[in-house]
Amino acid sequence: MFGYLIRRVLYAVPILVGVNVITFALFFFVNSPDDMARLALGGKHVTAEAVEKWKADKGYDRPLIFNAAREGMAQVTDTVFFQKSARMFVFDFGRGDDGRDIGYEIRTRMWPSLAIAVPTFLVGLACYISFALLLALFRATYLDLAGVILCVTAMSISSLFYIIGGQYLVSKLWNLVPISGYDTGLDAWKFLVLPVLIGVVGGVGASTRWYRTIFIEEMHKDYVRTARAKGLPESRVLFGHVLRNALIPVLTGVVVVIPALFLGSLIMESFFAIPGLGSYTIEAINNQDYGVVRAMVFLGSFLYIVGLVLTDVSYTLVDPRVRFE
Amino acid sequence: MMAFKPVILWTDALLFLLVAALLAVAWHVGRHEHLRAPWRKVAESRTGMSAAVLLALFVAIGLLDSLHYRPRLASDGGTKVYAVETRSVFDLLVGPLRTQVEKTYSAPLATHLFSKETVDLPGGGQARLYPRLAYGGAHLEDPQRDRAADLARRTLAGLGIAALAWNLLLAGVTAWQARRRDETFGRTWRALWAGETRLPWREMLITAGVVLAVAGPVMAVAGHYHVLGTDKVGQDVLYLSLKSIRTGLVIATLATLVMLPFALLLGITAGYFRGWVDDVVQYVYTTLNSIPAVLLIAAAVLMTQAYMGLHPELFDTVQQRQDMRLLFLCLILGVTSWTGLCRLLRGETLKLRELEYVQAAQAFGVRSARILTRHILPNVMHIVLIAVVMDFSALVLAEAVLSYVGVGVDPTMISFGTMINAARLEMAREPMVWWSLASAFGFMLLLVLSANLFADAVRDAFDPRLTTRSTTRVLFARLAARGRT
Repeated sequence: MFGYLIRRVLYAVPILVGVNVITFALFFFVNSPDDMARLALGGKHVTAEAVEKWKADKGYDRPLIFNAAREGMAQVTDTVFFQKSARMFVFDFGRGDDGRDIGYEIRTRMWPSLAIAVPTFLVGLACYISFALLLALFRATYLDLAGVILCVTAMSISSLFYIIGGQYLVSKLWNLVPISGYDTGLDAWKFLVLPVLIGVVGGVGASTRWYRTIFIEEMHKDYVRTARAKGLPESRVLFGHVLRNALIPVLTGVVVVIPALFLGSLIMESFFAIPGLGSYTIEAINNQDYGVVRAMVFLGSFLYIVGLVLTDVSYTLVDPRVRFE
Repeated sequence: MMAFKPVILWTDALLFLLVAALLAVAWHVGRHEHLRAPWRKVAESRTGMSAAVLLALFVAIGLLDSLHYRPRLASDGGTKVYAVETRSVFDLLVGPLRTQVEKTYSAPLATHLFSKETVDLPGGGQARLYPRLAYGGAHLEDPQRDRAADLARRTLAGLGIAALAWNLLLAGVTAWQARRRDETFGRTWRALWAGETRLPWREMLITAGVVLAVAGPVMAVAGHYHVLGTDKVGQDVLYLSLKSIRTGLVIATLATLVMLPFALLLGITAGYFRGWVDDVVQYVYTTLNSIPAVLLIAAAVLMTQAYMGLHPELFDTVQQRQDMRLLFLCLILGVTSWTGLCRLLRGETLKLRELEYVQAAQAFGVRSARILTRHILPNVMHIVLIAVVMDFSALVLAEAVLSYVGVGVDPTMISFGTMINAARLEMAREPMVWWSLASAFGFMLLLVLSANLFADAVRDAFDPRLTTRSTTRVLFARLAARGRT
């Protein structure tokens, strides 16, 4: 098991390198730093000195990947790639355009993100699985039909509608909770209720339908027929046998997103003015603060890969048939 | 002397290329019984075909809106001068919707502006009041007295025309079916309404009837009122909603078009050759997959935006810039979204390559390229088709979200995302400006819902592994059985 884990972790390293190379190419080869400087300073009529000063301020005044002017290791280390991209491997993200340390921002902003993402995730999972089980239990009845129709309709509605509609109905019309904002400590709860609720409702269509398909597929397996033939009541078949086995495919889809909960939701956080990582990213995109966007891309990929490794591990824990190769 | 100059934007060309390709595929399928069989199942699906009627309407609007031209301005002395503004055939058809621009917001079917203005009174002096609209209900003498009656009259006239059109359609379809079935008109009519035709004509005609019943009155009223109100700069919201359809369709179809070659080529070769090819492909898609999709799209869009900002000389007109950005967005969406389908195809090819017919082909010495195109490709096509139709609606929804984040289409381009974005800022207004949001969401729901329902019908027909039969079919079979006993 331990050796297997080590192998999985080592396998993640080349992927992270790949992510780093892709983002670097995207940010520095599509437009050269000179172009970016000209764009940031505005228009075509920018003096060469101003461009150089902008590049020096940002730390882009080095060759991109190979510095021929230096000796030894410095040929590689004194480059934009090493200074800006390779350093992310030790989680040194540098500073954003506003001069603040990106690493510090991430450490403080991840808590509000988690405060929304974790409840949304847990409540959502519980709701979706219960609904799906209900539909599977009453499959091919009017209840199931109505449920599926509701699911398809819910899936077809834009997520923006749920947010705007929810804010209008709950905050503006009924005045139950504030429209947006955030507070420290336990007072934050009233700011969190609505985003969590909307997050859960927004995902209900697609998830319930997906889990229902998994459950019904499982119900057609031979061991279920055996269980029924033995005379087990339908509820025992469903909760004792089908649910436990069907949770394996559910698990793989779910574990992989757990680490990414840190990142929060871009749209949700910006609509509700929650100072999390999601709104941080949106601000960075709108301000064209590429340092922050690069850091978030790296962080997101890192968390996804952690999720992949966790998925493998959880697989081996819940399914005794899976062996470590 | 041409009174216009055709303009073929990149997305137009690709869209029509796609239509041509689809027609060619349809012709090919029609000639092969084994390919036709699953499509016949799609055609027999009641919800699927009703959705298809609606979807066809959207596609027709989108295609009409893709025929662009630049009208000629009054030429002075032989030199031809064309307008800078590119229009589409659709703009021409809905004429007044495009040109009747008010000053600012007005509610649906309103005759007065939504906000008060200081107006000079005819007898001297000034007053703060809601001014009359320049076009909406401008023909009414006394709006308060006449509006309801005028609207009712126009609605009735629209309904009348719709009823006439629907009856013509009914008669046409029945007569055509009667000829095909070699039966009398009356018997075909009864069979049609009893739901005994092979294709669900009854459901399709009802859907068409509902569409006509809505479209007829709207068309009758739209020339003299703003049926869905106007937006901040006074543009008709109905016009904006209809124009948004094209943007949604372009993104949903072209992104798929970009994604397909990557997924097909890499997925099949990885599964078939295994070894280092498989390793490389798996590495590439895991790497791309591990970057959060929105961030990857955001990064790519930011960079193309910067590139286009630095090279303004590449574009003659605003429309060309919009179009280029739309094309880039499709490219980016395609390049970032092929990984899921690629993984599915790789898995399926791994299974197929062990089957007897593939091994037989290998034993006969058939070249790999031929095995791939002749034996593997046709047998994974159902996966491709299901993935494509399922992705369609997701891409339409994604456009709105991306535009909100600021990495979607050009902010000046009409799309559901930009409509929602503009309207969102007016949420705080009292009373609220709700019509822009409502129509954007409403049209989007119709488009996505019909796409989803059609996609379900396609999946039910094409997925051989689908052990569970569709709920509706099981339910109806049960009810029918109960009725018989």
